Amino acid sequence: MPNPNYNNDLQKSPMPAQAPEIRNKNFEEVALGYDAETAVKEANRCLNCKNAPCVSGCPVNVKIPQFIDALANGEFLRSYEIIKSTNALPAVCGRVCPQENQCEGLCVRGKKGESVAIGRLERFAADYANEQDASPVTNDIEQKDIKVAVIGSGPSGLTCAGDLAKLGYKVTVFEAFHTAGGVLQYGIPQFRLPKEIVSKEIESLRALGVTIQLNMVIGKVFTVDELFEDGYKAVFIGTGAGLPAFMNIEGESLRGVYSANEFLTRVNLMKAYDDKFDTPVKKSQRVAVVGGGNVAMDSARCAKRLGAEVYIIYRRGEAEMPARAEEVHHAKEEGIIFRNLTNPTKILGTDEVTGIECVEMTLGDPDASGRRRPVEKEGSNFVIDVDCVIMAIGTTPNPLIKSTATGVTFNKRGCIIADENAKTTADGIYAGGDAVSGAATVINAMGAGKIAANSIHEYLQNM
Amino acid sequence: MYKILKRRALNDAVILIEVDAPHIAKKARAGQFIIFRVDAFGERVPLTIADSDISRGSITLIFQIVGNSTRLLSQIPEGGFIQDVVGPLGVPTETEGAARVCIVGGGVGCAIAYPQAKSLHNAGIPADVIAGFRSKDIVILEEEMSKISRNLYITTDDGSYGEKGFVTNKLKSLLDGGAGYDLVIAIGPVIMMKMISELTREYNVKTVVSLNPIMIDGTGMCGCCRVSVGGVTKFACVDGPDFDAHQVDFDELNKRNQTYRSLEPHICRITGEVRNA
Repeated sequence: MPNPNYNNDLQKSPMPAQAPEIRNKNFEEVALGYDAETAVKEANRCLNCKNAPCVSGCPVNVKIPQFIDALANGEFLRSYEIIKSTNALPAVCGRVCPQENQCEGLCVRGKKGESVAIGRLERFAADYANEQDASPVTNDIEQKDIKVAVIGSGPSGLTCAGDLAKLGYKVTVFEAFHTAGGVLQYGIPQFRLPKEIVSKEIESLRALGVTIQLNMVIGKVFTVDELFEDGYKAVFIGTGAGLPAFMNIEGESLRGVYSANEFLTRVNLMKAYDDKFDTPVKKSQRVAVVGGGNVAMDSARCAKRLGAEVYIIYRRGEAEMPARAEEVHHAKEEGIIFRNLTNPTKILGTDEVTGIECVEMTLGDPDASGRRRPVEKEGSNFVIDVDCVIMAIGTTPNPLIKSTATGVTFNKRGCIIADENAKTTADGIYAGGDAVSGAATVINAMGAGKIAANSIHEYLQNM
Repeated sequence: MYKILKRRALNDAVILIEVDAPHIAKKARAGQFIIFRVDAFGERVPLTIADSDISRGSITLIFQIVGNSTRLLSQIPEGGFIQDVVGPLGVPTETEGAARVCIVGGGVGCAIAYPQAKSLHNAGIPADVIAGFRSKDIVILEEEMSKISRNLYITTDDGSYGEKGFVTNKLKSLLDGGAGYDLVIAIGPVIMMKMISELTREYNVKTVVSLNPIMIDGTGMCGCCRVSVGGVTKFACVDGPDFDAHQVDFDELNKRNQTYRSLEPHICRITGEVRNA
């Protein structure tokens, strides 16, 4: 029967947001979320396609037409339960997934007009449930007396832990930092992903029976081999790609040069923007952020909120930027100045940074990544006066785990070698997320965590 | 939360605490460090592990009150708790193959020199220790170090105790006297480590320094603790904190360590408080 409330608007229902000139001075969330009425209206744009192409674009296979149908019927909590059945972190995914390349990219409505706002709807359902304090159903899980260790509490680890806990395993997550969440805590800023939401998602994992041990650097306090000796039957490694890259140009050791990791950790995890916290961060007037990814956008937007004039320096053009279009758009709205086709050659200063020398670039033939290779325009060097430089040019997997897991092998880039089932070359050890793929997205890491949980379940059943 | 089992002031500005941390105690080796966060609003600050006791499940930390976080840490009473302690971090000191070792500690650096000397003592190759202080009233760990060193030489800048002069003077006279060291380990202020390094370079004696840059995570994630060693960028938290002294760019380290000096919060001179709890 055709949906009598079908909404044939070609555009998504707009997302209410803080005005750019207001939000670029605070750390409150930028996007404010749909209200119930808008959510129902937007849900009614869904065609409820039988073959659901959207689902095939989701790394954790959220039952998208079903949860949207529940929303359209006003059954908000049921909608949340449907999402939660395959996705451990709905409120996070609704905010930070690049839906345009995934579910929404495959939405039939997107063929003519805009796709259904799947991400916004997911966020609405999750936020609604969180406001109702709806704790997930946990009492029907049959507990198994089998211990599994998860190393790292980022998106892949939390997903893997959640799925294993739902299967009844005794899961312990080991986190090196003093707060669980990995990149969701230290990397993604408060204004894009409020930490209260991350904490809530983690609380719901604890409610499922997951134990989280903070301040535990596996590889130092225990080796992976010792975890097995301690009775863990399988181990998942989700230690991410945390090692920051520098350009190896002159001046990178000057005061005022940060890796994006350091800058974002100070601001997000250690809350340097809040006077209550002791964390220092340089009070800069003019900041150059080097890079064109989401991390660069996050760094730039944080620096802006701390009161600086901010430049993005990126060696290719905007079309080649790896950042989500939405993030670039938000950054521009907030007054970030983009210097594309520009590459730093050295950082100037004696003790403190006083400027960054750059060279203009043009685009040549496509390189291995398929993007056009940036080529220096000789003699086009110029200086931008800045007192702070943030390097956001990528990260590689954390090397700490390397020395500790016997039998696990690594590729040339330092990534753990794991097959499509997340199995490493060592028996009982699984891995996923950025530690395997190199720096990627939250949702891909979650997808890998999910696959690993299934593989671990299979492995333990056959033991 | 990590309980402070014991607290003792070694001098006006240097405090010893024994902290309940059985996992860390089990693994800690000389040269390694922990990172503490004093409370939910605190910074993450590295401190070298001065001692560990597996049977008591504890580690000992000796620190000088130099800024906000160490002041707050010094104000926690015996029986009180530190919010977070993570470790052991860093690579343990490598002394294998060394037969004649001299350990040089400057001021509170002796808190790090001590476990090094103890570990060599336990390995059956007791080291000479040169411990330098500004004056007699701030001498620490004399008894502990004398027990486990082959010879303990104390120097003071003003001559109020031990020999008058700097640790470099003493080390030079020992080297000139034919001490025949094959390894010098130096721990103390950056300028002291630099001077020792310049001295031992002349004598061609392998020298290791334990560096103390600013850190956040201590696992190689932030890059804040980067130091230039032989022209290559190293992360002190995972590649160190020990490095070949003759390769370290001490001037750069010294500059980077000043990064947040001007942002230190005001410490009330009447109450000694740094912030309202």
